[in-house]
Amino acid sequence: MLNGWLRSPPVPVAQLLAAESATLPQQITFGILAAVMTISALRVVTAKNVVHCALHLVLVLAGVAGIYILLAAEFLAAVQVIVYIGAIVVLFLFGIMLTRAPLGRDSTLDNDQRPLAALVGVSVIGLLCALLVDGFGDKEIVLPEVQRTEEVGLAIFQSYVIPFEVVSVLLLAALVGSVVLARRD
Amino acid sequence: MLLNEFLILGAVIFGIGIYGVLARRNGVLVLMSIELILNAVNINLVAFGAFHHDIAGQVFALFTVAVAAAEVGVGLAIVLLIYRNKRSIDLTEVAEMKG
Repeated sequence: MLNGWLRSPPVPVAQLLAAESATLPQQITFGILAAVMTISALRVVTAKNVVHCALHLVLVLAGVAGIYILLAAEFLAAVQVIVYIGAIVVLFLFGIMLTRAPLGRDSTLDNDQRPLAALVGVSVIGLLCALLVDGFGDKEIVLPEVQRTEEVGLAIFQSYVIPFEVVSVLLLAALVGSVVLARRD
Repeated sequence: MLLNEFLILGAVIFGIGIYGVLARRNGVLVLMSIELILNAVNINLVAFGAFHHDIAGQVFALFTVAVAAAEVGVGLAIVLLIYRNKRSIDLTEVAEMKG
């Protein structure tokens, strides 16, 4: 029996191992990123120091950029770093500064509905996970080739040019709106 | 890689963001939690785009990033206005519309 097993090597197992080892670095990277992002996201919503919350938010956003690279969306990863980490977090830090939030530890950051909020959050996570496992049990993402930035640009300016223009108008409206709101008169 | 890994990561971050929106009373921290929720949605969009080999996922994720930037700008302006009127950004004190 052992002789027969040696003469015909278990090919499916070998193929399975090859397929596993091809995505193993990605799996390890994903695991590290997911752990860092989950812990940092928890720190964002539980930390007692406002500035620490903003810095943990940076970690989550950088993790999202890493996830985009894993999914071969490198332009989106660059946009994530430039817009979120470069602009939005700086905006948050300005907001913290301008509202003179106490910069040390502050125990008044949470309101009194924490248990209820935790219940809602945990049940949302549980329901979504159950639905996802039920609906997309073992679907694999097969990345065909690197999706180049050129394709994203072509898609934006061919199929999605009208939403793109609407977004520009929205950004202008937001700009004017925040100036009107924050102006001292 | 399994599609579900990305979707479940998105779901977890979404739930954490919902907890933050409900449990925080500092206006800036509520806006940060909303950013968590928007990023979870973006992960889902890009993961489904990669799964279906469709570039539209990335395009819509870009639109979401732009809308999030606009939202933070207006949101922080509103928070600054609340601070100027009340000398505090405690959202539990903004209860004029409570019956």
